[in-house]
Formats: sequence, C-alpha cells, structure tokens
Amino acid sequence: MTILVIAEHDQNALKRATYHTVTAAASMSSDVDLLVFNPQVSTEAAKISGIKHVLVVDEKNYAHQLAENVAPLVSELAKQYTHVLAPATTFGKNILPRAAALTDMAMISDVIKIISPDTFLRPIYAGNALATVQSHEAIQFLTVRSTGFAAATQNQSATAEIKALDILIPNTLSQFEGEEIHISARPELTAARIIVAGGRGLKSLENFKLLEKLADTLGAALGASRAAVDAGFAPNDYQVGQTGKVVAPDLYIAIGISGAIQHLAGMKDSKVIVAINNDPDAPIFQVADYGLVADLFTSLQELQLELDKR
Amino acid sequence: MKVLVAVKRVIDFKTHIRIKADQTGVETANVKMSMNPFDEIAVEEAVRLKEQGIATEIIVVSIGSNACQETLRSALAMGADRAILIQTEEKIQPLAAAKIFKALAEKEMPRLIILGKQAIDDDNNQTGQMLAGLLQWPQGTFVSKVEVLQDKVKVTREIDGGLEMLSLTMPAVITTDLRLNEPRFISLPNIVQAKRKTIDIIPLTEFKVDTKPRLQILKVTPPEKRKSGVKVNSVAELVQKLKDEAQVLS
Repeated sequence: MTILVIAEHDQNALKRATYHTVTAAASMSSDVDLLVFNPQVSTEAAKISGIKHVLVVDEKNYAHQLAENVAPLVSELAKQYTHVLAPATTFGKNILPRAAALTDMAMISDVIKIISPDTFLRPIYAGNALATVQSHEAIQFLTVRSTGFAAATQNQSATAEIKALDILIPNTLSQFEGEEIHISARPELTAARIIVAGGRGLKSLENFKLLEKLADTLGAALGASRAAVDAGFAPNDYQVGQTGKVVAPDLYIAIGISGAIQHLAGMKDSKVIVAINNDPDAPIFQVADYGLVADLFTSLQELQLELDKR
Repeated sequence: MKVLVAVKRVIDFKTHIRIKADQTGVETANVKMSMNPFDEIAVEEAVRLKEQGIATEIIVVSIGSNACQETLRSALAMGADRAILIQTEEKIQPLAAAKIFKALAEKEMPRLIILGKQAIDDDNNQTGQMLAGLLQWPQGTFVSKVEVLQDKVKVTREIDGGLEMLSLTMPAVITTDLRLNEPRFISLPNIVQAKRKTIDIIPLTEFKVDTKPRLQILKVTPPEKRKSGVKVNSVAELVQKLKDEAQVLS
C-alpha cells in the first residue's frame, strides 16, 4: 500500500489537521507521501515521522489551492497510490470529492476510524449514528477527521526525501479575489487543548466578549453555538457543530449553551465537558461531565476569580 | 439564464432518528420527511436571482422514489418554475448522483447549478464538487454570498478561519452554506399555484449512467454514549474537580 496525503498549509506552516491526517495514513502503511503546494513548508513536512517523500509543486501555479487545478493534479498523482487522504476541513472537502470524481472513484468523507484498509467508520445524521463503510474501489479517497486520530510528531532526525514535481495544470475557470482571515492570538479552534464556548444565553455581543478574558487566562480558544453566531454574538468561524467545526479538546467549557443536537455533534468527543447554564433541563447537561446550574454572569465572575487565584 | 437546483428528500432535521435493530440503517418508514435544509437555501437563492431579473427559469430536480414529488412541490411553491423527478427505488451514492446531474445538465444547459453543501442524512458533502469536476465547470463550495456579473459569478466561501472570495467563469456549480439566505415561508396561495406547475417524471434507466453502488454500508450503529456526569454546587467545587479529579487544569 502506498498513500498520498494532501497537506493543508498557509504560506509559512502546515495546519494541524495535516498532522492528524498523516497519523491516519501511517496507521495503514509505512509508504506515505505528502503533497505540499509551497517549498516554504517542505522542510517542516520532511520532519514529520512517517513520511517517505514530500512532493512539492509550483507555488504560483497552485496559489490558494483552488479546486479547479488542484483536483486534476491530485487525480493525476492518485494513479500511483492505493489511498489518497486529505483532512476533513473546508480545504479537504472542497478538493477531494472533485479529485475522486475525476478519477472515477467513490469517496468516503469524515473518517473517524480505520477498521481495515478498505473499511472505515464515519458519522452520519449529524453524529447520531455511525456507519461502517466498505469500499471496493481501486483507490480509496478519504477525508479524515482530526478528532479521530492523534497528531503525528515532528522528528528532527527524520528526513523525508523532498521531490519537486513539474506538473503544471492551468486554471482558466476560477480566480482568487481575496480573503478575510480572522486573526487571533488565541489557539486555533480545532487545535486547542481548552475551548471556552458561548451560546445564546449570553444575550449580547458585549456579554460574549466577557468570555475573552476567561479564554486568555486558560490559554483557550473561543467557540460558539450556531444560535450565538446567528444572533451576531460571534463570527461564523467560531461555530462548533455538525455544520461548523468538529472539535475534541481536553476541556470544553460550554457557557449559556442549551445543547442542540447540531452543537453536541461538534463537541461531544471532548475529553472533559463542563456546562454552565441557568436552565437545569438544558440538554447540554446530558453530555457534561460537570454541570453547574447557575446564573452565567455571576459564575463567569467567580470562575475568573478562582482561576486568578491559582 | 437558466438555473438548475438539486433537492433531496431527507428525514426532517427536527426529528430524532431511530437506528434499525438489524443495524442495516436508519428507520425512514412513518417518519416526517422534508427537503434537505441546505437545498432549501439553494432553492431560495435561485428564486432571489429570478426576482433580481438574473435567472429566467428555475428547474428543480430530485433523484428518488415517487415520494420525492412532495419535496419538488415545496420547491415549486417557493418559486421554482418546473421540476424533474429522476425516478428510482435504488439508493444513489454521490458519484452516481453527480453523473446523473451531469447528464441532465448537458440536456438542460443551465448557466448555474446550485446544490446544498451536504445532505443531513449521509453528511457526505461530495455531490456538488463531483458534479463540477465531471462537467469541468468551476465550483464555489460552502457559499455565503452570490453575485452574478455577466459571464462571471462572484462567490464568498465560508472557510476554516474566515472567508474566501472567488470569481468563477460561468457555467458554474455552487453549493450553499447556512448563512447564504433564510428560506421564505411558503404561503397557501403559492402552494395552490404550485399544483399547476409540472413535474416531469423520468425513469433513471433513461439516463445511461452507471449507478451501481461503489460503497457498501456494512452496518449502522449508535454512537458511544458518554457516561453521565455530576452536577456541582459552586464554581469553587467545579474548579477543584477540574484540577484534582479530571486533572485538566494545573
């Protein structure tokens, strides 16, 4: 078995999701190659344990990794592999189905467990059921959820061979016009060890901001329920849930979140869940390891004081 | 310009699903069914494009059993002009669906195809991207804003960490995210009016498409339940438990 992993990265560094995807690949084979779209990140890529080759393509031709020419590139490379894996992020979900279709192969999304090299576990119905799916395709195209696999480690002595590829596929169909990336000093939501998340119970944008200090004290990322995002309390990239981000930190603190099914689907794999809500019947308490029925604002103040004491 | 919108009939999003005891799937008999919420957003966007004078005709299409006519009727009541049911009792997987829609697109020649980003039953999030690839059209996935300019469509995509703006040369495929719009309420007069609109029923066999399932669902099982937790009485107790018991705070 030979496996190609499609790396997700920005101009300078690999995204954490790439490391988790490598672990999924390495659990099936010791023959894992990593495709990157910028020589800037190839040194970092070559130091990941479990990588044999780092394949680098022209960064200008594949700038912003648009699906219209990245998918045919992946489809072309796929023919030399038994598996092609990408992280189940908006990046991987955009590229991989198109690449699979161009190769005339089915694809399996959101893999959370590899049962055997052709059989995979994935959530359906917003995580309310799990499907065990077997594929008979010659090449397995999979997107992999970070929460299902640990991150691969950096190994300073590991040196995968870096190979430059000169496959230049033009893109005449789409053009990058710009981006608005939310810049934050806090850890990335999907990579954070602790997440503080707020819901509609916070009642306003100003109140939602109260969570920022708590997050900073804990070194946590900030998250939100869909209700809070829809109400305009938090930007949409804060959204945790089936249609937002799926997270599994060590500690998830849900404040004023009732716990709609869609939200639970995005965070119920967290190691420890804390819920603070004034409604004792809120469904969030059914998944919480520690529940506190109390006024949010008083609790927030007390929590801040307790943490400052340490 | 002509706009094609694909809609899927799924278990209503407010319904609690029941997994069949024999683990073959999820119970759909005697369960409330609705249009996939992301597809409703797709229909709404097409109707808005028509109201702006950009779209001239909206065709909605669904693949499935006769029961899908109900879903198509809802789309017609929202403002679509005509509907096509590609009739089959088979369960169609994303790659096959993409091939069927491609065949239909080649016949109907729309300038824009709008689909939901994913169906809330199988949560695959594949069909739109696969369709765009097979047609060799550009794709705007997880879109929260659409602006049609002559031969191009500008889209804002919801990506991890923010937004991305792309310009796509039409014809193009768009998949919708939640914040693109809020679908309208369907009024009674619109429902009555929709009854006069046509639904063409075409048997799947008329499309010469290989729909053989490539993937086999071996079993469907419930997710592991979390162990029930405890209620704490105060913030001080909470912090102490997080430190000493759960050991997630130092």
